[in-house]
Amino acid sequence: MAAFIGRRFISMLITLVLVSVVGFIVINLPPGSYLDVYRAQLMVLGTSTAEQQIKALEKRYALDKPLYYQYLKWITGFVRGDFGRSFQYNREVSELVWNRLGFTVVVSVCSLVFSWIVALPIGIYSATHKYSAADNIFTFLSFIGLSIPSFLIALVLMVISSRYFGMSVGGLFSRAYENAPWSWAKLVDFLQHLWIPVVVVGLADTAGLMRVMRGNLSDILSMQYVQTARAKGLPERVVIYKHAVRNALHPLIMNLGMSLPGIISGSTVVSIVLSLPTCGPLYFNALRSQDMFLAGTFLVFMAIMLVIGNFLADIALAMVDPRIRYE
Amino acid sequence: MAVQERELPANEVLLEVKDLRTQFFTEQGVVKAVDGVSFTIKKGKVLGIVGESGCGKSITALSIMRLLPEPRGKIVSGTITFYPPEGGSVDITRLDRHSAEMRRIRGRHIAMIFQEPMTSLNPVHTIGDQIIEAIQLHQDVDKETARKRAIEVLNQVDIPHPERRINEYPHQMSGGQRQRAMIAMALSCYPSILIADEPTTALDVTIQAKILRNMRDLQRQYGMAIMLITHDLGVIGQMADEVLVMYVGRKVEQADVRELFLNPLHPYTQGLFRSIPLIGLKGKKLVPIAGSVPSPYNLPPGCYFAPRCPRAMDICRQEAPAEYEVEPGHFVSCWLYK
Ligand SMILES: Nc1ncnc2c1ncn2[C@@H]1O[C@H](COP(=O)(O)OP(=O)(O)OP(=O)(O)O)[C@@H](O)[C@H]1O
Ligand SMILES: [Mg+2]
Repeated sequence: MAAFIGRRFISMLITLVLVSVVGFIVINLPPGSYLDVYRAQLMVLGTSTAEQQIKALEKRYALDKPLYYQYLKWITGFVRGDFGRSFQYNREVSELVWNRLGFTVVVSVCSLVFSWIVALPIGIYSATHKYSAADNIFTFLSFIGLSIPSFLIALVLMVISSRYFGMSVGGLFSRAYENAPWSWAKLVDFLQHLWIPVVVVGLADTAGLMRVMRGNLSDILSMQYVQTARAKGLPERVVIYKHAVRNALHPLIMNLGMSLPGIISGSTVVSIVLSLPTCGPLYFNALRSQDMFLAGTFLVFMAIMLVIGNFLADIALAMVDPRIRYE
Repeated sequence: MAVQERELPANEVLLEVKDLRTQFFTEQGVVKAVDGVSFTIKKGKVLGIVGESGCGKSITALSIMRLLPEPRGKIVSGTITFYPPEGGSVDITRLDRHSAEMRRIRGRHIAMIFQEPMTSLNPVHTIGDQIIEAIQLHQDVDKETARKRAIEVLNQVDIPHPERRINEYPHQMSGGQRQRAMIAMALSCYPSILIADEPTTALDVTIQAKILRNMRDLQRQYGMAIMLITHDLGVIGQMADEVLVMYVGRKVEQADVRELFLNPLHPYTQGLFRSIPLIGLKGKKLVPIAGSVPSPYNLPPGCYFAPRCPRAMDICRQEAPAEYEVEPGHFVSCWLYK
């Protein structure tokens, strides 16, 4: 197992280096970077310090040096937490992203957990009670869930909670707590706001997850070794949970690895609708306005999440499936 | 050897199947997978069941185990009486298939192994865990004792280094070894009946012979009965004491193995013997049975074999024959022997 993790870890590092190279190239792809725009603005203003500022920027990003040098400069800065500057907001990218990353991860992880907690038991129930009334109802609901866009659900929930429960909706805090330091009251306020995005974002995955679990498990239930387990005289409950469910989790775990980047970029539309201070809307804007270091930072972060996600998923898979461990 | 000795008179009946009918209810119609089959399984004996693919051999076995995919397939009539070693009797068809009583019979008293060794063990649990699970389910022993028993029984099925192999996963074993492990698992609780559904069909011939010999030895050692399902008359000749020949869900002939091989009566049985190469009958031409098995949705009236039977008479196409005892213990369902 240790050797397996070691091997996967090394390949993860290699992938990360490659991804950062690609990320950097993407950042530099758009002709006429934001820096040019910025330079033009400064020129127009014609201030005496303009020339100096631009010199400083050029020096910081080594714009007068060859591309590989620029990359090394950028990446060494990146690992030290210097992600470059956002020209749009005229602030350091690191000042902009950390807070948002935090909230995004909280929202996404909560909704991920929510969707698994809801979807797995329902999927298991449906697979073991195929074509029962309850299974048919769940199937119907999941098709509805799959076909309704989540921003619509977000809007509906907003209306319901503000009209019938008198809660303030949108954002992750009430106005009073927005800039307040963390306290119990602020945490409670945060949790009161959190459930809507968690449910909305979570529901989007729940329906799909439910169908996948139902399909996998019913395939597994027809396997010979499930019959073997029954032939031993095991209670049906043990047959299902010990011998079938564990084998049915494979595709879901792989899927989980793939869905980690979504934790960062995740549900941009919902975040915009609910005006959440998460990464999605910021990334969206950065892309639109070619704010290259901001966009590039998100890109690299998402790549990191993807690689880490796959790494964790591999380890989880190896834990549930010895065949992978011994490959 | 830790085999439990049981004081039972010879030829004692362990299981009595009477007029068993098992049907599948599908979109296209009803499939009479087992259609009025009767037989007994006796202590220390091997009952062989032969017949072409689809004749209901596996479904007979699954009916006894109550492992049918209910409610799609279910026992519609007949009785399966099991005589447990502690005395008394129980009709398996009347039990709830999930009940504790049925689960005690399944695995503890009647164990079953399947045709597909590659897929009949769970890939995510070690061989040892899967055997120990069975032992601890039916016997009140601690993990260490169960482990010792698992190693002992793996040793008995000729798996080398069982104390090491016990920690391995199924994918680390060959097909033959997996089937041996399955047999070990089935034997681990000292069952009185072992149902083996084509245990060696998927394996190559030399391994097949070794495993069958090993099964035969263990059967004597454990004093258990085996219900051996196969479509291979060679395997029957090597293993069985008594043979039951099935055709499209019905029993067509039943006899002692020597009697059946020397004197097959039913035209279908005779056809089976003519269609396979048997040692000692060299030089004889192989003749496959003409025609094909009728569709289960469109069965002919009368004897199901009549359309393919070289000796069919008018009555064969109109009425199903009764069962005639031609010699003591030799039964045949055919109008020729009326
Ligand atoms: N799940 C099922 N649904 C519908 N029909 C079935 C099902 N399982 C078996 N049958 C039918 O029951 C009949 C008997 O099948 P069974 O599996 O007992 O055959 P078999 O004698 O074991 O054949 P084989 O040698 O191929 O294993 C066949 O006609 C088959 O089509
Ligand atoms: Mg079969």
